[in-house]
Parts: sequence; C-alpha cells; structure tokens
Amino acid sequence: MASFWAKEVPATIIVAALLIWIMPMMIGTYTLTVLLIYGMLGFSLGLIWGFGGILCFGQAAFFGLGAYTYAIAAINIGDSTIPMLLAVLVPAAFAALLGAMMFYGRLTDVYLGVITLVVTLILFKFISSTAGPEYVIGKARLGGFNGIPGFQTLNVPGRPNDYIYGDPYFYFCAVLLLIVYLLVSWLLKSSFGRVAVGIRENEVRVALMGYDVSARKTVLFAIGAAIAGLAGGLFANWGEIVTPNLFSLGQSAEIIIWCIVGGLGTRIGPIVGAAGLAYLKFLLGQQSMIDNTLLTGIILVLFVLFLPKGLVPAIASLWRISFGQRRQLPRHGARRIRSGGARHG
Amino acid sequence: MDLVFVIIVEMLYAVASLVLISAGLAIVFGMMKIINLAHGEFMMMGGYVTITAVTLGANVFVAMLIIAPVVVGLIGLVVERLVIRHLYGRLVDTMLATWGLSLFFIGLATMIFGNTTTGISTPISGFTVGNYQVNGYNFFIILIAIVLLGLMYAVLKGTRLGLIARGAMQLPDMAAALGYSPERIYMATFFCGSALSGLAGAILAPLVGLVPTSGGAYIAKAFITVIAGGPSLITGLMASSGLFGFISQIFTFAVSPVMGEVALLVAAVVLLRLLPQGVTGKFFRGRL
Repeated sequence: MASFWAKEVPATIIVAALLIWIMPMMIGTYTLTVLLIYGMLGFSLGLIWGFGGILCFGQAAFFGLGAYTYAIAAINIGDSTIPMLLAVLVPAAFAALLGAMMFYGRLTDVYLGVITLVVTLILFKFISSTAGPEYVIGKARLGGFNGIPGFQTLNVPGRPNDYIYGDPYFYFCAVLLLIVYLLVSWLLKSSFGRVAVGIRENEVRVALMGYDVSARKTVLFAIGAAIAGLAGGLFANWGEIVTPNLFSLGQSAEIIIWCIVGGLGTRIGPIVGAAGLAYLKFLLGQQSMIDNTLLTGIILVLFVLFLPKGLVPAIASLWRISFGQRRQLPRHGARRIRSGGARHG
Repeated sequence: MDLVFVIIVEMLYAVASLVLISAGLAIVFGMMKIINLAHGEFMMMGGYVTITAVTLGANVFVAMLIIAPVVVGLIGLVVERLVIRHLYGRLVDTMLATWGLSLFFIGLATMIFGNTTTGISTPISGFTVGNYQVNGYNFFIILIAIVLLGLMYAVLKGTRLGLIARGAMQLPDMAAALGYSPERIYMATFFCGSALSGLAGAILAPLVGLVPTSGGAYIAKAFITVIAGGPSLITGLMASSGLFGFISQIFTFAVSPVMGEVALLVAAVVLLRLLPQGVTGKFFRGRL
C-alpha cells in the first residue's frame, strides 16, 4: 500500500497531466472527449471482466441507463448536479439487483452472458417502443426511437446558466477519468480487490476460505455499472441527445472488443483499446471504400486468434524482455500491469 | 371458433419458427459446446442466397430447400477450417471470435448488397377462415419444423453416422482410439449446423424484409432458446421453443407484439434463474 501512494499515484497523475496537455495538440478536444468517455466505458467492463471474471454482455445497458437517467432527470430538475449523481446511482442500483439475482442463483459464464444480453435487449425493445405521448416521466417524454433531445447540459453546480462545454468539458472528463482510475486502482490494491481477483482465479477455493462470493461479485458488478453509468451521463452531455441505440447489441459488442484488444486483466488496456479503436473507427468513417463493421469484425477475430491477451500485456512483456531487469514475477502478477502500463499508455 | 383456430395456428407457427431459428445453433452448441454468435448472419446469408437465386431464375423451393443450405453450409465449412477449429474447448473465445465473424459478414453483406431492404413474395397464398385471413405460408413453416425435428432425431438415433457423432461428442479420445477422427466429425457437424441456419434464413426470408443486419433479430432468440433448452438436443429444443412461443404469442394477442417479445425475454431470465442448467438439465434427463 505504501508504494502505491508514494510511487504509483504521483506517477499516474504526472503521466495523465502530460497526456491531457499534449493530446489536444494532436486531436480536437471534441473528438478527444468522446474517446475519454468510451475509455471510461471500456474501463468499467475491464474492471468486472478482467478482475472479477464476470463476462457481462450488457455493459451497454448500464451506459444507456446512465445516459437516459441523466436526460430525464435534467429535464425535470433543470440543474445538472443531481442528474449526474443519479446517472451513477441508478445504474448501480439496477446492477446490484440484477447481480444479486444472478450471483445468488450461482449462474456462471454462458448463462450470465445470456441474461445480461437479454436484459439489454429488453431495455432496447422497451425504450424503442415508447414513442407515444403516454410514456412520460415527469416532464420528459421518452420519445421512442427518436430519443430525448434538448435537455439541460452540464453546468457549474447551482448556476444553471453557466454551461460547461467545449475545452473545459474535455478537461472535466479527463479529470473524472483520472479520479475513477485512481479509485479503481486503490480498490484493486485493497483486500476487496485481491479477493475479487481470487474469485476470478478459483471461485470455489475463495468460497471455502469463508468469503461470501455472491455478495462480493454483486458489489463489484454494481461498481462496474456505476462507472458505466457515469460514462453514460457524460456521453449524454457530449452528444446532447440520447437514443435507444445506446442500448444496442452493437454497442455491447464494441465494449467487449475494446477490452479484448486493449488487454484484459490490466487497468490501462481497456481504456487504450476503447480510445484507440473508437479513433480508428472515426478515421475509417471518413472513407467509404471498406465497410466499418467488416474491419471491426476482422480486428476482433484476429485478436482472439493471434493475440488473445491483448495489446497492452503484449507490449509490456515485449518491453520486459527487451529492457527490463530479469526478475521473477509471480504468476498472476505477470498478467497485471503495474506502473509500466502507464508509461506505454 | 374461427378465432380459436387462428390463435392455435399462430401459436404453432411461433413455436415452429423458434425451432427453425434455433436448430442450427442447437446442433453446434449441443454437440460441440460452441456458441456460434454468427448464427444470425448465417441465416441472413441464407436469405440473401435465396433471393439472389430466385432473381437469377431458380425455383423458389429449390432455392430455399437446396441452394441456400448448401451454400451457407460451405461458408460454415470455411469458417470452421479458418477460425473455429483453433478454438475448440475455449467457450468464451469462440463466442468472441464468432461475434467478430458476425460483424464481418454484416459488413460484407452491406458492401455487396447495400444497406437497403430486399425481399421476395411468399410462394404460398393465404386463405380466409371466417372473418380472419390466415397466411398459408405459416403451415409450410410448421411442416418444415416438424420434418426437421423428425429428421434430426432419425439421423442421430437411427444411423451409424449419428451414433459416431454422438460418441465423438461424449468422449472424443475414445472415438479417436476407435479410428474416427474427431476433427472430421466436428467439421461435418459444423457444416450441418451452418446448413440448417442457412435453411432457416432462407425459409423465413419471404416473411421479412432482408437487410444486412437482419441476423441480430434472430441471434438473441436462438441463443436464449438453446441455452434454456439445456443439454438434451432435440427434447430441449422442443421444450424451450414450445414454452417461449406459447408465452410470447399469449402476450402478443393480449397486449401488443412488442410486449410479446418482452415477455419472451423476461420468461427466459426467470427460467434461467430457476433452472440454471436449462429445462432438460432438470427434467427429461438423458433424453436425446
């Protein structure tokens, strides 16, 4: 723990500050903001999948739920502070309920995948069919397939007319991502995080040691959903509209691809994967020769076949082989990226 | 009385289409323990093959029942050789790789056929029962589903090929020791599964407007039906299709088609929570 506060936290903050300073010189902040938001979304799945071993096919459900919660609350309240909090809390509460239902029922891998996928589909179908005027929450019409436009975007707390947008919004998102990253790093260093990794490696053994596996998985699942919800709220602010497409299967698929490409079991991997692939998609979107979906598919297949651990672990081990001192890492430690990951990120 | 008849036909049709949609996936999952998430895209390709063949002048039924399954089966064979065979025994990895394949096929179809809706008309005309119009094609789908289930049962239970296949699925090492190559058997099974997906897509093609992303509508339903069915291939398929088709049609008639779909999904969640191993994990154990 001591080296975490003395070394890792300052190092992370310095690297992050450098990146926040340098990146806007290369890519416009409008694009960068959404890359950061996707990074946070990828990070949320990277946490529960990479460290908790929970493969959730419906991370997009929490993302969309966060965005819709923000939009609906913002229309009703008119100030952005409480809606932003709700965008975190509502998905977390929803995930806690869903997670409790699944984990206390001892559902694992495929079955978990089916249920999370199905829940996402239910939300998608339901929200898409709410076009009629009878679907109203407070003052907000749900709007069916057209989504909800025209809600209050982020403002300085208590002053609804001082909007935060453009460059300041980019810095706001960047700092939030950094805070989330540090909090999750701290969580993973705590005993809760270590037990979570233990559950990933061998659930039965951890259960026999007396830990309540179901409760811990539920909490971790809810934390992941809270982060995804926060990303959703930020996305609603960035796009200034929320549509049912946030819940779509394609969105869920993309989050999983980001994690695979970036590297599971690392903290920086899913963020890099998300931002990198989203930027690649943005660049590819400007040409029309090759279909975008086709390339995404090829990337996923190639990574599963040839680099199933992902980019960041591959680069990290390459780095260790080339430059690092030869030291014996513990077996599971080798899958984890320490401060070295931030250097490459 | 007429209404009762119509409702019964609609219900049988819902069950039959679930059987059709899920059969290919059930074979691949039940026998090889591989979840093929590109299943929906195989169906989509079956539909496109049919439409292309019909516009080129082939008979509709030949196109649906012969050309589409063979073409899609061959595509499946290529996929198995190139991708799937490297991933046997790694359930999650196969899911991810086939998901990638599904995106690839969507992109490919978009590049070839464009992002527009295409379709053909149903080859069997409808008729009226009292005040209600019944789609004659529904009976064709019910018939095909029954024939399909019967054929699957007959092949697996009655022929030497089926025996070898079932044996290789249970104990691949033992099958190999007896001189049968599990690799070949997996290959053949995947071919059959893909061909069935192509057949299903082809048969359902006249009912829906086909777009490259059509597969997404099927995969979730098929996935749910197969997982909820559990370890027994045919019994599980029949049980879960029957249950889900029944529930979704009740809600479709009582409330709205959207609620029918939602009810199906909710039923799946509840069912899996109560019976995590699927219907046949608890009942009808040991049946095929």
